[in-house]
Amino acid sequence: MKAASKNAPHEPSRRRVLRSAAAVAATAFLPRPSIAQSKRRVVIVGGGFGGASCARALRSADPKLAVTLVEPRRIYMAPPLSNAVLAGIRPLAGQQFGYDKIAAAGITVVHSRATAADPQARTVTLETGDKLSYDRLVLAPGISLRFDAIRGYDQAAAAQVPHAWTADGDQVALLRRQIESMDDGGLVAITVPASPSRCPPGPYERASMIAYYLKTNKPRSKLVIIDAKDEFSMQRLFQSAWKQLYPGLIEWVSPSKGGDVASIDIANKTINTDFDTYKYAVANVIPPQRAASITMLAGAADRTGWCPVDPVSFESLQQKNIHVIGDAALAGAMPKSAFAACVEGELCADSILRLFAGEKPVAAKLTSNCFSLVARDYAISITGVYRPVNGFYTEVEGAGGVSPLDAPPSFRAQEAKFADAWFRTNTSEIFG
Amino acid sequence: MIGTRLFPAVLLLAAMPAGASAAVLPPLVAACIGCHPASGGDPAIPRLAGRPDSEIVAAMKAFRTGGRSATVMDRIAKGFDDAEIAAIANWYAAQK
Repeated sequence: MKAASKNAPHEPSRRRVLRSAAAVAATAFLPRPSIAQSKRRVVIVGGGFGGASCARALRSADPKLAVTLVEPRRIYMAPPLSNAVLAGIRPLAGQQFGYDKIAAAGITVVHSRATAADPQARTVTLETGDKLSYDRLVLAPGISLRFDAIRGYDQAAAAQVPHAWTADGDQVALLRRQIESMDDGGLVAITVPASPSRCPPGPYERASMIAYYLKTNKPRSKLVIIDAKDEFSMQRLFQSAWKQLYPGLIEWVSPSKGGDVASIDIANKTINTDFDTYKYAVANVIPPQRAASITMLAGAADRTGWCPVDPVSFESLQQKNIHVIGDAALAGAMPKSAFAACVEGELCADSILRLFAGEKPVAAKLTSNCFSLVARDYAISITGVYRPVNGFYTEVEGAGGVSPLDAPPSFRAQEAKFADAWFRTNTSEIFG
Repeated sequence: MIGTRLFPAVLLLAAMPAGASAAVLPPLVAACIGCHPASGGDPAIPRLAGRPDSEIVAAMKAFRTGGRSATVMDRIAKGFDDAEIAAIANWYAAQK
């Protein structure tokens, strides 16, 4: 009960209760000496929804743990809802979070980049040259954008043609400025990669949010989505909403119609597919992705570029004592979403504590609930319930699905409220 | 007070491997807690913490059969059986 009595009054109450539940369990079942006596070290690489939630859960459950969070950014821009910044209906500042409260919770926050990991020596090397030793390493670094995939689109090009697909607020601000300053009647082109990629409905939410702005402010403009996929998440819901809200504004070009992007010519402002050339006023290239490069350096990524994990413990199938959560992991049918990353962070923390105690991690059922904004006060969602089957998270049959096609505006408005509420709840639990 | 509050959590943990000493949260609750925190939370999302377990069970079953209209909970409730719903409801009822 000692842990519970140490709570500061301002500490998020969810943590407080989780911690006291753990404390009671410890009292009830006699903690093993290993937990009580040694100072176990967990290093977490990546301070987004997955890594930061894992850090907080670990530290709340066992204040004796030495938890180090490695994150190069001092300000994290939360990607969920950031497409509404492009529409001008949310401020960028509302997406931005610092790490002060995380540090105040007793987590060592190191603002540096992890440049190597040695699974044998159990160390992580930082770009400063410092080495951190760990008993367990959690990799939650998110994605790397593949700047070798589309001819003409390398890292330098992103300063002119934003991807706005990482936790970098400057990229979102750049895209917003370009849309604001373009002339009425111009073409906005969004290119979308093949799966797997971060936030499957995200590109279509983005198209919707930009269309929302164009319809109001630059009504003669058009938007084209040049897609490497033949179908997409919540397709019928998006397309029916576009027809109703933005008739004639959004065109979706699938690969069978020539949607696979071959190259971009930034000097001439053209995007080329095998069939067509698009002359754009503003382009947003969302490149193909893989797990962030530290996962490769740690030997946790496989030939697909992603990290296979045990779905119960999130431990890498390739490296002992290394766990991978969030977008970098191959977690079966679980989508690469912030919602999933938060839950994986909590579960991974639970598994690590059990492993330290010499116990087996416990399988869980998970939900994922992704909202996409289509207009102001108008959101749709895709929901799933998952459980581990034969080593992969598999959707529970008969559960989950998408919002109804024929719902009234009040239903869409309610989903938009839920999207906001999820964001506030989770960002305050993690960063507050 | 503390004892009654935490008793169901212990029951849930008791179903786990003997000697479980390190849980962050009962794994079933991981499915719920992203939107329904153990206490506090956002006014836009119905609060479960401290609600009688019979109410939570009744609501989940009504969501599952379609007897109660919903925006997302009908889709989620279908993924949980009676025993899972009872365990989740027990845990939330014990929170303040």
